Amino acid sequence: MRDIFRNAGHLIRPAVVLLAALGLFILGRGIFIPKTFGQYGHYDAASLDRIRQRPISYAGQDACVMCHDDQAKVRASGPHAHVACEACHGPQQAHAGADDPSAHKPVLPDTAVLCKRCHEKDAAKPKSFPQVVSAEHSGGAACNVCHTPHNPLRMKP
Amino acid sequence: MTMTRRDLISGGGKLLLLASAAATWAELTGAEPAGDAYRVADHWWGMLVDIDKCIGCGNCVRGCSNENHVPAGFFRTWVERYEISVDSPTTAQPHVESPEGAINGFPPSTNENVKSFFVPKLCNHCADSPCVQVCPVGATFVSPDGVVLVDQNYCLGCRYCIQACPYGTRFINPETQTADKCTLCYHRITKGLTTACCENCPTGARQLVDFKNPKDPIHAILRESKVQVLKPYMATGAKVYYKSLDGAVR
Ligand code: HEC
Ligand code: HEC
Ligand code: HEC
Ligand code: HEC
Repeated sequence: MRDIFRNAGHLIRPAVVLLAALGLFILGRGIFIPKTFGQYGHYDAASLDRIRQRPISYAGQDACVMCHDDQAKVRASGPHAHVACEACHGPQQAHAGADDPSAHKPVLPDTAVLCKRCHEKDAAKPKSFPQVVSAEHSGGAACNVCHTPHNPLRMKP
Repeated sequence: MTMTRRDLISGGGKLLLLASAAATWAELTGAEPAGDAYRVADHWWGMLVDIDKCIGCGNCVRGCSNENHVPAGFFRTWVERYEISVDSPTTAQPHVESPEGAINGFPPSTNENVKSFFVPKLCNHCADSPCVQVCPVGATFVSPDGVVLVDQNYCLGCRYCIQACPYGTRFINPETQTADKCTLCYHRITKGLTTACCENCPTGARQLVDFKNPKDPIHAILRESKVQVLKPYMATGAKVYYKSLDGAVR
């Protein structure tokens, strides 16, 4: 009987060592691998939240319309109805998200550059899209000399 | 008090046992990260690109670059102009150009003797993506809502994914030295905004799509129009659908 106990010691000691090693492995794993790793698959689910926290630059259409009712109305009555404000005015989250928007006033776009990007004649553009050869059409003059940008079919007097 | 080697080892061993038991317990009962209004299970994102509406203005490229601070000379989305000879449309190599990713649009083309059109390109957010399969460290993955993302904390910069992507949409960001790509503006779409490229597209040629939203117009479009994905033979499960795509586009 005592022999069995003495011999069992040979099994118990390695077993304890193995258990400790396993525990050490789990401890290390707990330290080095985030809790969220493997929540959805073989990656860290927390990275989804990290990516979501990146700041935005474009406030989006709805934000502009909230404060700039006048421009929105003019635009809605013309062919630019579906062209987003920031498609012409550039990223304006710094302006729209500010406590005092007038402190971050956007620089107004230069129509001599802006309009051509969309309307310069190009054989690859869909034929139904309104295009002009700007050199002939305006002779290099800025487009807002004649067109109102928010509703370009409304001509300036 | 004197401490023998035996005391040290057995004391240390007990401490180790306790710590590992605690770690095991924490592992088994680990708390879930806090949720919010956005539920990943309710969405499955993709995009629709309508070739007939694209005017090649480059607004999407500029929008993407501003929104995501893409380093100069690199592109998460870009626009190509195809010119295909009408004499031998199926055999001739199409002429494809994309000056600076079209971030400033295109120099006007006056060549009316070719078939020509614009093709916006971006990550196809494949459901069975080769880039995810080759990543050795779980740094790139398909999120539960169907967006292929890169975890910058895990990425080693080994470039396997860049070689694996059949669409050439990935690059090494020179600032972080990690793989970089279109995130489908994950930080915007999970807040209820659309992507920067779609926000800036003046003609609606690019539209964000949520396949799990029964009210999304994509369902009618898939039913009623001819659509195609790029390189369907790669069987990547691409989720960027192209309407009116010419067979010459690769
Ligand atoms: C919180 C309200 C608010 C929001 C949201 C907002 N704006 Fe403004 N915006 C203002 C105010 C106030 C001014 C300053 C008007 C002034 O001083 O004449 C201004 C001025 C401007 C100007 C310059 C006008 C000028 O005469 O120089 C532009 C352009 C403009 N906003 C565009 C936008 C766009 C585009 C958006 C959407 C991204 C936007 N705004 C969102 C309040 C807002
Ligand atoms: C097609 C391009 C375009 C779009 C779309 C557009 N703007 Fe403008 N906006 C301009 C230009 C160009 C000016 C400079 C004024 C000018 O040239 O007459 C301007 C001027 C402004 C001004 C200064 C005051 C004024 O009326 O001149 C505000 C404010 C403004 N825009 C807000 C908006 C808002 C809000 C929207 C969306 C509802 C919007 N814009 C959409 C091109 C655009
Ligand atoms: C971001 C692209 C974009 C910019 C910049 C832009 N437009 Fe437009 N424009 C459009 C779209 C889209 C339409 C609608 C086309 C359609 O109905 O198919 C349009 C329509 C028009 C039309 C109506 C043409 C017609 O016969 O129906 C005129 C005129 C026009 N734009 C002038 C301008 C002027 C002037 C500017 C500069 C202030 C300008 N556009 C800037 C996208 C743009
Ligand atoms: C000297 C005044 C003037 C200037 C400057 C001007 N336009 Fe026009 N634009 C007009 C008039 C007038 C029409 C309407 C002509 C017509 O009925 O075909 C027009 C029509 C258009 C149309 C519609 C063409 C079509 O086929 O439907 C577009 C697009 C256009 N302009 C864009 C521009 C752009 C872009 C610029 C700047 C590069 C510009 N315009 C500058 C006077 C001007």
